[in-house]
Amino acid sequence: MSITLNHISKSYKKLKAVQDISFNVEPGELFGLIGPDGAGKTTIFRIITTLLIPDAGTASVAGFDVIKDYQAIRNTVGYMPGRFSLYQDLTVEENLTFFATIFGTTIAENYDLIEDIYVQIEPFKDRRAGKLSGGMKQKLALCCALIHKPKVLFLDEPTSGVDPVSRKEFWEMLKRLQQKGITILVSTPYMDEAALCDRIALIQDGKILEIDAPEAIVNKFPKKIYNVGADNMYKLIRTLQGYEHLYSVFPFGEFVHYTDKRDSFEAADLKSYLKNAGLTDISIEATQPNIEDAFMELAK
Amino acid sequence: MKTIGYIIQKEFRQIFRNKGMLPIIFILPILQLIILSNAATYEVKNIKFAYIDYDHTSTSRALIEKFNASTYFNVLTDFPSQEKASSAMLAGEVDVVLEIPNHFERKLLREKTAYLSITINAIDGAAAGVESGYVNQIVQSFNKEVKMNIMNTSKKALQPITIESIPSFWYNTSLDYKTFMVPGILVLLVTMITLFLSGMNIVREKEIGTLEQINVTPIRKSQFIIGKLFPFWVIGMGLLTVGLILAKIIFNIPMLGSLLLLYAYTSIYILVILGMGLLISNFTDTQQQAMFIAWFFVVIFILMSGLFTPIESMPKWAQIVTEFNPIKYFVEIVRMVLLKGSGLMNILPQLVKTLLYAIIMNVLAVWSYKKVN
Repeated sequence: MSITLNHISKSYKKLKAVQDISFNVEPGELFGLIGPDGAGKTTIFRIITTLLIPDAGTASVAGFDVIKDYQAIRNTVGYMPGRFSLYQDLTVEENLTFFATIFGTTIAENYDLIEDIYVQIEPFKDRRAGKLSGGMKQKLALCCALIHKPKVLFLDEPTSGVDPVSRKEFWEMLKRLQQKGITILVSTPYMDEAALCDRIALIQDGKILEIDAPEAIVNKFPKKIYNVGADNMYKLIRTLQGYEHLYSVFPFGEFVHYTDKRDSFEAADLKSYLKNAGLTDISIEATQPNIEDAFMELAK
Repeated sequence: MKTIGYIIQKEFRQIFRNKGMLPIIFILPILQLIILSNAATYEVKNIKFAYIDYDHTSTSRALIEKFNASTYFNVLTDFPSQEKASSAMLAGEVDVVLEIPNHFERKLLREKTAYLSITINAIDGAAAGVESGYVNQIVQSFNKEVKMNIMNTSKKALQPITIESIPSFWYNTSLDYKTFMVPGILVLLVTMITLFLSGMNIVREKEIGTLEQINVTPIRKSQFIIGKLFPFWVIGMGLLTVGLILAKIIFNIPMLGSLLLLYAYTSIYILVILGMGLLISNFTDTQQQAMFIAWFFVVIFILMSGLFTPIESMPKWAQIVTEFNPIKYFVEIVRMVLLKGSGLMNILPQLVKTLLYAIIMNVLAVWSYKKVN
């Protein structure tokens, strides 16, 4: 096991940040922690990066206990906190040299690992880190986290505040790192990124709702889902909430995702109900559930 | 060692890239030294003096003439009545009012005693004390002359024997306040700058989040702390050097003792201050908090250092408190070494106390610095 958590709990005063969390990450796996803000993702990261001591439970990373062998863990993991936390007044190259030095290595020694990423920011190596764009900062932070050739990489919401193109690039980089044998634990509030992980843990209010491969989680979804559309989104949702056979309704892009209580759903019945309520341009068609639907269902 | 070296290099880079910080470190202390040293004086000059003369005799005029001749008093005006004088003092137009009563000369001749009334504005207690001293000196010397001139022509035999003491001020013969203020202010500058900078430094890494990144690395806390604080030790020593040069060039402060000894002491003293700064950093989350706490200590330390008010005049409990004031020791040492030329053996007690203080502070600071919470 690359990362193991056994019944980990941690509270801040009265707030229970994480409660009785257990999961395992296999070596070479890309594992995602998926959950909204405040679900406890950062607390889990802080515990397994030895920054925070849990109230209860045990955890180990790469075979080292987070309490007893914290020194060994610090040598073997790379951590990229959610906030950009490099020196804004040092240049790209100085930041990288700094982190290489405190890990007792040099840029040249592990250059092959960061090469694909570093070449993209190399033209700006004399620029101060504070003057980089969001995507560039992210790449620099990733380089700094990789400079000592870690066995395990922790990324806490690496794509928050990054544009869609850079996000896509970033995930491609993670996939390449995974192929080099690095175990990656990544957290994200974006459900679309969840599908890119090997396995995910859905977390809410400090508890794990489900752990499985993204497809498996979607397949477990118990209901049939329908895309319902109409001219007035707000009115559509309000009206659906008044429908007697409604199971759930959530807005999803230009449609709403609707599930029905009955096993045999009749689209015509719903259509006439909506028409009577004064809605026009009504469309109802079956669709595939996704992670977000699964999360909403589990979080109910 | 290489790690520490690189951290030091990084710190210096950051200090010199911070455009707002450089003037704070080097220009402000120099300005302070020049301004404060010229302004902070115990001498009270240009005292606004007024008098009420009910006597109108040659004796009373001679007394007023004495005040007129003094460089400390600006004889402004004479008032016809006490009410007028009181209201002028209330308005802040005069500081000292001398009232010469009716029959002053006659009483002096017949009864050999006479009374004068002096009113002093004591809103500033320290100034009032000094003014009272000046007035007494003038009246005393007038008294002597009166005895000679008026009384003793006939009664020479009865003239009392007077003992006069002539003080000689050692180590500062002309009692020049700059001679003892400049070294003291130099101490303040070295202390303030190094305490503020070191106090804010690690907190800053907390604020911008880099400390979290550092804490996940295998760096030892001793390496990190030494690397972070060493640059400020260098800056402190640099400030001392700049200050000493200015003290010599601008104020011509005597430097009798060994400068090497002064540097040796300062190198230990700065460790106390850096330890204190680190301790403040450990218990605060923002630079603002760190700044306020550092200010709190600096103000207490300065006012209880013996720089502006002598420690001997403080109440007993306060004197005990000053034993824990590192600035007090530094002020003493700087004055002893520069003005008196004291050697190692003379400053040994303070040196040992400072060394102990440095050890305690730094042990506490390193112990309370936690990578994990």
